[in-house]
Amino acid sequence: MEIKDFNSIDPVAWCPGCGNFGIQGALKAALAKLGKKPQELLLVSGIGQAAKMPHYINANFFNGLHGRALPAAAAAKISNRELTVIVTTGDGDCYGEGGNHFIHNIRRNTDITVIVHDNQIYGLTKGQASPTSEPGMKTKIQPGGVILTPFPPLEMALALGCGFVARGYAAEREHLAELILAGINYNGFSLIDVFQPCVSFNKLNTFEWYSKRVYKVGAEHDASNKVSAMALAAEMERLPIGIIYKKEKPSYSELSGLDGMKPLVDADIGNIDISPAFSDFS
Amino acid sequence: MNQEINVRITGEAGQGIVSVGMMLCRMYKDTGRHVFAIQDYMSRIRGGNNYFQIRVADKPVFSPRAKADVIIALDKDAVAVNKSALAEGGLLILDAGKYDIKSLEKGWFSAPIYALAQAAGGPFYANSVALGMFAAMTCGGPEAAYKAIDKEFGGKGAEIVKNNKLAVRKGYDYVVVKIKDCSFSVSGAQHDRGCLLAGNEALALGAIAAGCKFYTAYPMSPSTGIMNTVADYAGKYGIIVEQAEDEIAAVNMAVGASFAGVRAMTASSGGGFALMCEGLSLAAMTETPLVIAVVMRPGPATGFPTRTAQEDLEFVLHAGHGEFARAVYTPGSPEECFIAAKRAFNTAERFQLPALILSDQYLAESFINIKFPDTSAEPPDRGRIFKSGIAPEPGRYEYSPDGVSPRIIPARSGALAVADSDEHGTESHITESAEVRVKMTRKRLHLKLAGLAKEILPPTVVNPGAKIMLCGFGSTLGVMREACAAAKGAGFIHYSQVWPFPEKSTLTALKGAERVLTMENNASGQLARLIRRETGLKPTGSILKYDGRPFTLDEVAAALEEGK
Repeated sequence: MEIKDFNSIDPVAWCPGCGNFGIQGALKAALAKLGKKPQELLLVSGIGQAAKMPHYINANFFNGLHGRALPAAAAAKISNRELTVIVTTGDGDCYGEGGNHFIHNIRRNTDITVIVHDNQIYGLTKGQASPTSEPGMKTKIQPGGVILTPFPPLEMALALGCGFVARGYAAEREHLAELILAGINYNGFSLIDVFQPCVSFNKLNTFEWYSKRVYKVGAEHDASNKVSAMALAAEMERLPIGIIYKKEKPSYSELSGLDGMKPLVDADIGNIDISPAFSDFS
Repeated sequence: MNQEINVRITGEAGQGIVSVGMMLCRMYKDTGRHVFAIQDYMSRIRGGNNYFQIRVADKPVFSPRAKADVIIALDKDAVAVNKSALAEGGLLILDAGKYDIKSLEKGWFSAPIYALAQAAGGPFYANSVALGMFAAMTCGGPEAAYKAIDKEFGGKGAEIVKNNKLAVRKGYDYVVVKIKDCSFSVSGAQHDRGCLLAGNEALALGAIAAGCKFYTAYPMSPSTGIMNTVADYAGKYGIIVEQAEDEIAAVNMAVGASFAGVRAMTASSGGGFALMCEGLSLAAMTETPLVIAVVMRPGPATGFPTRTAQEDLEFVLHAGHGEFARAVYTPGSPEECFIAAKRAFNTAERFQLPALILSDQYLAESFINIKFPDTSAEPPDRGRIFKSGIAPEPGRYEYSPDGVSPRIIPARSGALAVADSDEHGTESHITESAEVRVKMTRKRLHLKLAGLAKEILPPTVVNPGAKIMLCGFGSTLGVMREACAAAKGAGFIHYSQVWPFPEKSTLTALKGAERVLTMENNASGQLARLIRRETGLKPTGSILKYDGRPFTLDEVAAALEEGK
């Protein structure tokens, strides 16, 4: 497949210079490398600027409710395990409104890839604090500065036993494309938190701010070591990007028995004999 | 009145009241009697007072009675709580020594229930001792009780079965020797033995028969029984049952699965359904089939978790923000629950919208013997699904005269499946167009509703135009049927589907009636308001019960008598 195969006809509604463009480019590059047809892919999103991504990629898409991309995506994957399911979501959508689903879908471990456009701000509602906003950041709603402790997505995912935890940066497009491809190829729930500068509302965490701090995780990092993964994820001064943690574990499909069945969507429901079940109640 | 007796077994939670109740039902059914059994239990795991009351008759029965002819109380509190339910001339058996009860009131009889249980293996066999006593007093022999023991405990090992049968024997022999002058027997009738079903189980079997392959829910009384039954059969029928982290997840998972092409459903009670409302609206907007069962209990908030109500009729009719078409089924019996589930899946897929099934604790958990239903009724109809090739112009949501456009299943046709919760054009991309908005609203609301209105399940009408006409929906079918059969000049209309509302059949059935009374398990007469709003006819009154308990036949018969 080529990148152009994933071009959508829908005009893009993001602000010029938005970090989302970098993620869009990386996603298309990863999909071209993956080699699956648009018909074999399902992009699922909730609400927010990140959630518009499925409109801008040529593939099946389900753009559902704010915070609720994960349950819809997990169920679609359970229904047809042949689908490649990718969620594009934001820090507000995934870590705020949908926080409970984030927790439990890591535990559920369906084979889906979750790309979180993490800009540390609410964009679509015009500039309020997000779960990942830095303490002290001033907004219209938080004029005295944010007082809540930031949500730590990577540490949270690690603590919950997520088998693939990565962080990317929208300005490092090729690097991000590799992370996305690795996440898709991982058999289970894969989280890719992506620093995505918001050029309209986040005047603190800008391209310049991130570029000064991010560094690529080197070969010396053992990604199968959870203790060193936790240490990386907790770094605050400099910000590591790359695969923080990766370990194979049985997926939902394996544990639920789905792997031994034909995809649920292909089940023949025309001639189900329910009589034996009634006999059990005789 | 038919020949009948009413028996009640009562004790605290944890004493196996449900277990012995089910065995009693089987014992009576297998000896040719008809049964109708209600469960009354508290929201706790141990202690309190629970009872299981069975109406045993030589003719089919569909409703509970207010009093019991024979009560066996397995603890002291049960005596105090249940003594007022003893019928005139009835017998209440208790263990006075064990409960430290000094004086016996009229109709009470003390038996050494716990000494007999101890002789069979321990105090937890008290419920099987009671089973044996009922077998002696009402059934003429212990064999059917033994058979019920085999069915209930067969999977738990020979020792357990042996001890339980011994307990039955001890209870049986005690009564035969000590209580000579009791005659609470009902003759066995000739009926095909059929099965013993409650609404929740029938609804689950209907969903399985309909081809539901993904069931997801968060446990909530009294809807959990549906999930239990589906889970029992999941392996055999290739179903995935997923316990969701909350009801919001459940409804969004059901929508996601349905979008991917699988028949999926969820269920809850009022509180959980409240959390699902945005998801309901999502199904409507994305035109994704969705089946939700709402098994009502009294609210507001946590309310009465284990009791019954019909308080959420208006809630379910209006749930979800925005305007869209939906179907709401209100089955009145286990047979109707089975059909409603199959019907709901067909409606949801054919019209691509939410189909709701409204039940309640009383219907969900009351057992009745029924004939094996016709399982061929309502065969699966998946509606319009795009089979192969490039997606038709102008896209997934093309306008059509009936509002229904072909669904696209991801990765199964060559076309792309696309859905958006924002207002969208025919190709499913976000739009701000006023013109598109109007057309899409017409599609989702007016056109689909018009289609649904052409195939409303007809209400059950008995004695149309009678002097007094009762109107009910859902679980009140049985009690209306029996009360009206016994009263002169009374008839009823029962709705198995309340939305779209069957306006014409309502007006026809009620024409000429002097008094039109709705019968509802709520405090405000929600059905009365619905009838008035949809037909212009104002019911003359309502028989309302909102104490968390179902209507008894006695109450409705008395109300009809008063109504004359």
